[in-house]
Amino acid sequence: MADKARIQEAVKAQGEVVRRLKADKASKEQIDEEVAKLLELKAQLGGDDGKQTFVLKTAKGTRDYNPKQMAIREKVFNTIVSCFKRHGAETIDTPVFELKETLTGKYGEDSKLIYDLKDQGGELLSLRYDLTVPFARYLAMNKITNIKRYHIAKVYRRDNPAMTRGRYREFYQCDFDIAGQYDPMIPDAECLKIVYEILSELDLGDFHIKVNDRRILDGMFAVCGVPDEKFRTICSTVDKLDKMLWEDVKNEMVKEKGLTEEAADQIGEYVSMQGGMDLAERLLHDPKLSQSKQACAGLTDMKQLFSYLQLFQITDKVVFDLSLARGLDYYTGVIYEAVLCQTLQAPTPAPAEQNGAVSGEEGGVSVGSVAGGGRYDGLVGMFDPKGRKVPCVGVSIGIERIFSIMEQKAELSAEKVRTTETQVLVASAQKNLLEERLRLTAELWNAGIKAELLYKKNPKLLTQLQHCEETGIPLVAILGEQELKDGVVKVRNVATREEVDVSRAELVEEIKKRTSES
Amino acid sequence: MTVSQIDEEVAKLLELKAQLGGDDGKQTFVLKTAKGTRDYNPKQMAIREKVFNTIVSCFKRHGAETIDTPVFELKETLTGKYGEDSKLIYDLKDQGGELLSLRYDLTVPFARYLAMNKITNIKRYHIAKVYRRDNPAMTRGRYREFYQCDFDIAGQYDPMIPDAECLKIVYEILSELDLGDFHIKVNDRRILDGMFAVCGVPDEKFRTICSTVDKLDKMLWEDVKNEMVKEKGLTEEAADQIGEYVSMQGGMDLAERLLHDPKLSQSKQACAGLTDMKQLFSYLQLFQITDKLSAEKVRTTETQVLVASAQKNLLEERLRLTAELWNAGIKAELLYKKNPKLLTQLQHCEETGIPLVAILGEQELKDGVVKVRNVATREEVRKASQKRGWGNVCSAVEKIL
Repeated sequence: MADKARIQEAVKAQGEVVRRLKADKASKEQIDEEVAKLLELKAQLGGDDGKQTFVLKTAKGTRDYNPKQMAIREKVFNTIVSCFKRHGAETIDTPVFELKETLTGKYGEDSKLIYDLKDQGGELLSLRYDLTVPFARYLAMNKITNIKRYHIAKVYRRDNPAMTRGRYREFYQCDFDIAGQYDPMIPDAECLKIVYEILSELDLGDFHIKVNDRRILDGMFAVCGVPDEKFRTICSTVDKLDKMLWEDVKNEMVKEKGLTEEAADQIGEYVSMQGGMDLAERLLHDPKLSQSKQACAGLTDMKQLFSYLQLFQITDKVVFDLSLARGLDYYTGVIYEAVLCQTLQAPTPAPAEQNGAVSGEEGGVSVGSVAGGGRYDGLVGMFDPKGRKVPCVGVSIGIERIFSIMEQKAELSAEKVRTTETQVLVASAQKNLLEERLRLTAELWNAGIKAELLYKKNPKLLTQLQHCEETGIPLVAILGEQELKDGVVKVRNVATREEVDVSRAELVEEIKKRTSES
Repeated sequence: MTVSQIDEEVAKLLELKAQLGGDDGKQTFVLKTAKGTRDYNPKQMAIREKVFNTIVSCFKRHGAETIDTPVFELKETLTGKYGEDSKLIYDLKDQGGELLSLRYDLTVPFARYLAMNKITNIKRYHIAKVYRRDNPAMTRGRYREFYQCDFDIAGQYDPMIPDAECLKIVYEILSELDLGDFHIKVNDRRILDGMFAVCGVPDEKFRTICSTVDKLDKMLWEDVKNEMVKEKGLTEEAADQIGEYVSMQGGMDLAERLLHDPKLSQSKQACAGLTDMKQLFSYLQLFQITDKLSAEKVRTTETQVLVASAQKNLLEERLRLTAELWNAGIKAELLYKKNPKLLTQLQHCEETGIPLVAILGEQELKDGVVKVRNVATREEVRKASQKRGWGNVCSAVEKIL
């Protein structure tokens, strides 16, 4: 610090020298010489002139999580992870950035949304865009052919965040995937069962899960006269059906993507179909569709899937919907998306979906998907030098949307969200009892009880009680001069204000009993 | 075919290829993680989960909340906060928007969070990964992406209570993780600065001398002193004075003693630090964790006296006296060096908990005495006469013990 002050003084003085020389119209060489000295002095200050700037914002599209949000987040993660563990999944973690080459060529048009790291002389790196490509890399790298894994972590996308719509550039993804060659549709059915369990336990209201199959879609396009090279692009137009009306979707197909009106109409007929196993059966006998081998394979598997879903007892919320066409390129078989059925009375519009699926309209129909996924058999093979395939099926839970909903719920409900789990505040009723407070608090900590005390030598009792009210601490252990003489501690229930004297020896037991009851 | 026809078809071909995303459909196989980073496999994740659970339970037991911040900050936020280490920050590529950098630690984001939300009081923990572009030596376990686990108490409170709670938390976590024995060293910046001042270190050298002293856990005193004198330009006298202080360890008693140290007590700073240190130790006693603090050392030897020499060429005398002590049944040691420095011998006592040192010196030998010093208090306990043989010294030592 002394150094900086000295240099700052020297800078000022030298600045004066330069100014005077210029005013006196001294020779160019002289001025240049003194200016050089000035610049060198300024350089010593480290270029920030000793001023510390503190920029009080987060990067665009990112945000902090405050303690309330963290408490909600923890609850949501606990529910989800319990479900994954119940189904026997393991977890892994991967670095936040990958070699740029690893991510190149995997995301199609979305590649322009990848965050690159600056070339600082080493490897070229990019922040991960999702958890699926890192997963495929992990499997290939470790030559793993079978794994049931979940991975909850943040991913990064440089799209245009509309913060009011809740679209972030840094957001959580929560993925569950089953990799390996197995008998068809059983793992696919378990994925759906897991989505069903999680959405039920999170208590988000009614939901339903749409299912379709890439092969059925492709078969449908083929028999409707869509040229092969337009499959993917027509697919992404059909995908917009949950945001746009059919007329506009048809318009895009005909006017922008060059489809004949006839083809568009035929597609229109199919994509309005919804049902269960019965629909799959019916379509297997559809004169046009049954001409496509692909579509038949998909429909047969769809029947098999529904039979398993019946055994899992979840068909009440699953529907085979021919309009479902998820965005990402790498799906090869069954695809699915879960949507909530009702809107909340939210003051701010519901956030946009970030899984690649699309958000719904506000104030009316669905509020957007909260989970999505499907089968992708070709991805891992892309990473393996020998092209060995590892078939995969998985689901991504729309965690950010769920956080948003839970946060809104918390705001609207009367119940307070606690940000700490403290069970007892150790308080003093008179002055000069800090020692006793410290001693008792340590005793409680050593017994595993969650306890706090105020960092004040002589806090007022009222202040201590207020702290409990504000932070939701249910019990107070009050030390008082008379009570200490009598060998007891007053235990007060903050909510009911009931107080009872408990002997010091039995205090730990008593607190444990009361906190386990709640 | 005409040129224009060919061109037309070539254009279509290029357009088709472009749709493949520019990689010609050939996929490159990159099967590695970035330098300095690694995956965690399921076994590692299971261990990690256990460790996090233990640590987080402890934080929660103490009433801490948690926050999370983005993995990157605006470059400006991180600029100017890390001194020389700034060159280790990962920058994001300028892609037309704000300039961004990956977070280097969790403390600067914490400070930004407090300022941004105008928070004056919070007890928070934050467990998350941070990023540093230094040269990873994977075998030495140094990564470029690694976890930090921070706990901080922000706010104006009565002195030393939150400080004591931080130490209690460290104690609880290390005990519960079952990593074996540990100890926690405590000191105070004000005591260090006061010490430097009274030892004659110029103000502008404080920080740099401080970082040299910091190397004492890796280097021997001789080398640390060497760096202070030869590289940092301290006088040998100042270095020696520092040397005497930095070999001291203890508990509240040491703080009390130093408050009466004629030299150190001249520094107001040091006195403030020492007074707070005493207060801290009183709280730590109430928290019952002083056993793992510098105070009570668990000794591995039972040596009662070190026989030391104050000048060169006194090995013979040392050997003779040590033998006498042994013959008298007193547990004694000497350093296996012909000409050890006195400070080194005293340090050995401090480190291994030897309570007494018998110092042989040229003048004293002429006068026929041996100085016996209490290592902890540095006080001379006795000047034992050896005129009629070392036996007197032995009995003197016995009496002290």
